[in-house]
Amino acid sequence: MSGKENSGTSSPQDSRRSSVKGSSKTSGNKNSGTKHSIKDKVAIISMGCIPFGELWDKSQDDMLVEATQLAFDQANLTKHDIDAYWVGTATGGNGGYVLSAPLKLHGKPVTRVENFCATGSEALRNASYAVASGAYDIAMAVGVEKVKDSGYQGLVGGGTWHDGTKRNLTAAAMYSLVLPAYAEKYKVDPDELRYAVAKVAEKNHRNGAANPLAQFRRETSAEQICEMPAVAGRLSVFDCAGVADGAAAAIVVRAEDAHRYCENPLYIKALAFVSGTGAGLIDPAYDYTTFPECEMAGAEAYRQAGVTDPRSEIALAEVHDCFTPTEMVLMEDLGFCERGTAWKEILAGTFDIDGELPVNTDGGLKAFGHPVGASGLRMHYECWLQLRGEAGERQVDLQGRKLGMVHNLGGYPGEMVSFVSVLGNELG
Amino acid sequence: MKTGILSFGSYVPYRRLNRADIAKTMGSGGGKGERSVASYDEDTTTMGAEAARAAKRDAASAKVDAVWFSTTSPAYLEKTNAGAIHAVLRLPQESSAADFGGAARSGIAALGAALRAAAGECSTMVVASDIRTGLATGSDESLGGDGAAAILVGAESSAAPLLAECIAQASATEEFTDRWRTPGETGAKQWEERFAESVYVPLFEKAWAQAMEQAAAKIDVAVVAGTHARSVRRVASGLASGRGLASGHKAERVAADLSDSVGNTGTAHSLLLLAHELEQAEPNQTIAVVSLIDGVDILVFRTTDAIASHATSRPLSAQIAAGGKVSYGKFLNWRGQLQVQPPNRMEPERPSMSAAARSGDWKFGFVGSQGQESGTVHLPPARVSIRDEDAADAMDPIAMADVPAKVVTYTVDRLVYSVSPPVVFAIVDFEGGGRLPVELTDVEPDEVEVGMPVEMTFRKLYSSDGIQNYFWKARPVRS
Repeated sequence: MSGKENSGTSSPQDSRRSSVKGSSKTSGNKNSGTKHSIKDKVAIISMGCIPFGELWDKSQDDMLVEATQLAFDQANLTKHDIDAYWVGTATGGNGGYVLSAPLKLHGKPVTRVENFCATGSEALRNASYAVASGAYDIAMAVGVEKVKDSGYQGLVGGGTWHDGTKRNLTAAAMYSLVLPAYAEKYKVDPDELRYAVAKVAEKNHRNGAANPLAQFRRETSAEQICEMPAVAGRLSVFDCAGVADGAAAAIVVRAEDAHRYCENPLYIKALAFVSGTGAGLIDPAYDYTTFPECEMAGAEAYRQAGVTDPRSEIALAEVHDCFTPTEMVLMEDLGFCERGTAWKEILAGTFDIDGELPVNTDGGLKAFGHPVGASGLRMHYECWLQLRGEAGERQVDLQGRKLGMVHNLGGYPGEMVSFVSVLGNELG
Repeated sequence: MKTGILSFGSYVPYRRLNRADIAKTMGSGGGKGERSVASYDEDTTTMGAEAARAAKRDAASAKVDAVWFSTTSPAYLEKTNAGAIHAVLRLPQESSAADFGGAARSGIAALGAALRAAAGECSTMVVASDIRTGLATGSDESLGGDGAAAILVGAESSAAPLLAECIAQASATEEFTDRWRTPGETGAKQWEERFAESVYVPLFEKAWAQAMEQAAAKIDVAVVAGTHARSVRRVASGLASGRGLASGHKAERVAADLSDSVGNTGTAHSLLLLAHELEQAEPNQTIAVVSLIDGVDILVFRTTDAIASHATSRPLSAQIAAGGKVSYGKFLNWRGQLQVQPPNRMEPERPSMSAAARSGDWKFGFVGSQGQESGTVHLPPARVSIRDEDAADAMDPIAMADVPAKVVTYTVDRLVYSVSPPVVFAIVDFEGGGRLPVELTDVEPDEVEVGMPVEMTFRKLYSSDGIQNYFWKARPVRS
């Protein structure tokens, strides 16, 4: 579904979105006929990803050394060959020292980035721009998170000093707000909807069971998930992404240099990022059935990549399944199906690994867990495998399709950042 | 110059402990009826703030020069608790805030002092609030109640009409030790109770005679409160029957003491019972307030014609009727007498007090901002609007604490840290604009519905490093 088709309707939700779009148009108008695009300027020539899990025997530094080594080895490079590094971590420390100390990088520029749960993808985005600009010839993006040392359940985030009026709620509870809102808006039976999102977890666990790098490798059924006790709204623990430690890395060069390093590189077709206004928390028009930041990031990525019908052009999508309702809503926000139909498409198997548009073929955040800094790069790693035909028993039948995409979001419904990339295995 | 009462407000927390549950659990203690229980997110300051909000709301035009706060269970020592109430009421900087601390007598004493100050044209919001706790199965635990009252006192010229004129004020004092508690202890101790009766009754007779001489009127209603149950009973029954006290010591009626529904709210109780009577009073009624706490204080009021048209926005009778149950176990837990396993989540860090000072009008006053062009309400207040038609900083403050709201959607969070899990949380939209994702309180998880009307209430979100982190929650509209 494109933005154009959307603007014909007139629900309060849409009028709000048009006002958000209005503001983005205002800035867009200044460089009207936007042409900027990263398409085919940068190539990924190597990637590495360590097995994710509760890695009690590995420190953050261990994970960084191992993930980067996998990427170096595959391209037959050493740390000295890389001109500049970007390391993404949400809570793993400040400054380039996070990476330069464990890797003992001599005289190299290292930048630590953070952008909520899109932190890993943010490292790749910045490294890509660095080589595209010509400032560097070869750069590495690394993402890492050591989550399991906190001693607490769930993700533990550091905060800034605040006045004590901030909301106290888990991410699970914030995302659980989607289900009743969606059921009401599209007149879906709440039990049927609850079953549909449990099918998302069933699918992702099935995919993860076939992935040696995933944390959880056991299948589970939607029926079992529906019977579990609710922990937040109607969501059970199995509707939530796992918690894991992990790291992944990518090496990027300018597209014209790619074949000097690699026979079958991946070309970056689009890199989009939207940081929201937080208006959803303020504006009564926001209805919790969509994530406008994701819709905008998706539309921008499709524009850069020249994608007009994602459902038929994309071979696989890795999306941010932090909670099962999140993946459902994303199917609509990213234009894979019409508004109000994602739950039916899920039940119909459209996004299964052998479906029309496979989603989260590696098992997603559900089966991997979510080491915040690493997840984005882990998702790109699945595209790296699938688009190069290296995904083994999970290999998707590409049917001539040449594109994969990665989506991350960070934050909560109403106040979100979103990243979308499109990757391809051919130029043009 | 005539001085007296310009407005009044009361607050009884939503939760009720059935006294029979005490004996069911412990095998002893308890009694008949119910007592009110401050929730885990309430303290004497938040309850006092709620009572004061009601008093101020019902006399919007009255000036308030000072807030005086009395309690035996302050949220802070060293720091003035009345300051938070001052901020909730959004009083001007030039008005003062002070605590009358420690002793249960300080509630009625502050009211008496404020009436004297009124002669100097100072109008004072007198707030008394108590959380009454004793050791498990004791009589303080079962007979006590939690609550607050606020009486706005001033002169005839205070920009609002007097609802009741003070026509007599008398006290009698003697040093004797009946009840005592050292700082930090949970329960008070008491001397053999027949002893204090021998002190209180003569002191009462002396003060009553003095008050009647000043008032020179028959008394329609006597409000009798105190911390010595035996003397309170003796004086109340004596005034009602005209027997057992010095001759002629009589009132037409003795006010209900709310012991079956609320319990004895200590410092607050005489003010709370007075508020209850004022709610139902007709013009030209005389009400004598008698307090028996470490001495005797008597205030006599005569209601004016203005009371007939005075509307009480939060009547005490409605608050009493709208109570919801709390189990004895939860009650002990809320009072810190029974520790339970917390969720395995990080406890909140202390909030920044410099950040809190910067955003005081939001944190305490619940004031948002509104775009001058769009009219869009922003909670919390923002300098830049979500609507492009508003220029940056083209925003006006907008007070939202008394604006009704409705639940748009909601969830129950069984994972997040809370003093009393689970957290019930809702997205609420305010009448006339404005939205807030906010925690609900005084609510059962299964009673929330989309469209449910809610109102804002001032609460303590959590304590950390001894800092009481106050902010607002929403609660169902019960009455």
